[in-house]
Amino acid sequence: MSFELETADINPENLRRVAIDPVSRVEGHGKVTLLLDENNQVHQVRLHIVEFRGFERFIQGRPYWEVPVMVQRLCGICPVSHHLAASKAMDIVVGAAQLTPTAEKMRRLMHYGQILQSHALHFFHLSSPDLLFGFDSDVAKRNIVGIAAQYPEIAKKGILLRKFGQEVIRITAGKRVHGTGSIPGGVNKSLSKDERTELLKDAYTMVAWSREAVNIIKQLHQQNPALYDTFGAFRSSFMSLVAADGSLDLYHGALRARDADGKILFDQMDYQNYDQVITEEVKPWSYMKFPFFTALGPEAGWYKVGPLARVQNCDNIPTPLAEYERREFVAYAGGKPSHATLGYHWARMIEMLFAAETIKDLLHDDDLEGTDLVLSGERQKEGVGVIEAPRGTLFHHYRVGDNDLVTMANLIVSTTNNNQAMNTAVREVAKKYLNGREITEGLLNHIEVAIRAFDPCLSCATHALGQMPLEVSLIDAEGGVISRVSKDSDGLRRLT
Amino acid sequence: MSTAPLLIFAWGNPSRGDDALGPLLIERLQAMNLSGVDCLTDFQLQVEHALDLKGRRRVLFVDASLNAAAPFEFAPIQSARDASFTTHAMTPAAILQVYRDVEDSEPPASWLLGIRGERWALGDPPSEAALANLEQALRWTLQWIRD
Repeated sequence: MSFELETADINPENLRRVAIDPVSRVEGHGKVTLLLDENNQVHQVRLHIVEFRGFERFIQGRPYWEVPVMVQRLCGICPVSHHLAASKAMDIVVGAAQLTPTAEKMRRLMHYGQILQSHALHFFHLSSPDLLFGFDSDVAKRNIVGIAAQYPEIAKKGILLRKFGQEVIRITAGKRVHGTGSIPGGVNKSLSKDERTELLKDAYTMVAWSREAVNIIKQLHQQNPALYDTFGAFRSSFMSLVAADGSLDLYHGALRARDADGKILFDQMDYQNYDQVITEEVKPWSYMKFPFFTALGPEAGWYKVGPLARVQNCDNIPTPLAEYERREFVAYAGGKPSHATLGYHWARMIEMLFAAETIKDLLHDDDLEGTDLVLSGERQKEGVGVIEAPRGTLFHHYRVGDNDLVTMANLIVSTTNNNQAMNTAVREVAKKYLNGREITEGLLNHIEVAIRAFDPCLSCATHALGQMPLEVSLIDAEGGVISRVSKDSDGLRRLT
Repeated sequence: MSTAPLLIFAWGNPSRGDDALGPLLIERLQAMNLSGVDCLTDFQLQVEHALDLKGRRRVLFVDASLNAAAPFEFAPIQSARDASFTTHAMTPAAILQVYRDVEDSEPPASWLLGIRGERWALGDPPSEAALANLEQALRWTLQWIRD
């Protein structure tokens, strides 16, 4: 099965190839290839993931208690998400589905610290240059240093928001990157009074600055609806965790999915059974898998995850300022789901505000200083942990043998869930902005702007063992090469 | 928590052989519990580190270097708008420039200390030669603190 512009409708050897390699201001390495004819009509667009890492295989054979620390090496940007998703899966394995109040609140604090720092990094460091300067503005200026020079107050607040999130992570996880705070069945530390006081000093400022950030993106959206409502827009289903009461919860909940019109497809689905609703497809041209809702099939069942999905999938946000902003977002979209790719930025800033408010509220909770940190129960052979990572729904699924070694690992990371959605977005942009025009750097940046809106973490998403680019050489008896044929992502080509 | 007038900021990956020299220097200094000195370390220099310079009188950036003459080289550094922001790791000069941009004032007087290293392979321990260079760099740093 192939989507529009996924595979060229004419012989690829007759088409000109343009590559954006690497895609910049995203985490990890990816490239986009475009195949164009002599009239610059686009015939094929693909977002490729060009690295293969294979974590799912080398987790096998490791003791289960190592996994929450090990999996953080998947990524330097969202290690906390993997740390916590793996911990949640291993909670099930050690028979501790319900944690102590201190353990759960410590993990929540760590997670919302991660959401805050990641969303701030993405908006201020990676995306604001496009949004504030323009997609085809001077490339030398289109970066965080350019923002610092022209909008120093915005840059400074962005940097300090991220720094505060990292500080929350450092204090709860032990380190800013690759901490060890969460363990199967709980956590290994709680907060001291001094640590709570130190974080609380800045927590209210972070809430205020997060509100300002929502206003920045909201105004950009409202000032230019012709661009923001339509750029890279496409209709699709969407999915996220929601709490038992349907509210937004990024740490824990059950799966809810809606179709493109907002109609519920499934709700309060226990994620231990995620494999009953999601199937993963492998395609020969990418190392990233393509998941879809099994009941709808690969053609109709693909979906999007992340801030745009979450803010519209929940019934409410349980903090007042973020809930106010959510209602405004929903009202702007006219009460129907918004499928605007640039709407991801607005939704992301609403989530950053939610994270800042949640951190502030948690820091007032004395349970954070508790000493009851770990639970265990009847040992299980299998566990699934799911969390709403900054970029979307993250699945960790493990089986553990009687000897405590992992026998199976399956990860569906947020960016993988968004794989088809990102490919569709770049094809929409290519059709609208590139078709028939002379390709310029500014036009190519439009493609990258669409990808960046999803805040993809390509390092995390490279675990499917798809079909490698293949090269076959025919060698004669003397060792000379008679013929070489390469089958790569663009089709079959004779090299010699 | 008050801001110490002196900042020593080292960067490097402790798992990559002699790239650990900067973080090792920080470890040694922290063990001495020196008053008036903040010691920070990270894997790479990034834009947010510009804000760590605020309120400092003097700053010493420390990195392992393949180009420095053994045992180490040092030099004062000035702000510069270079292209390092496009990479994963910024230069100290670019960090100083970001400070000027966001604070609208001159950054604190800053020096770069490059400690000569030999090998950077993942999983390697620091080389003996690099550790000898570290000892001399440490003595120089203590003098820099006293100056």
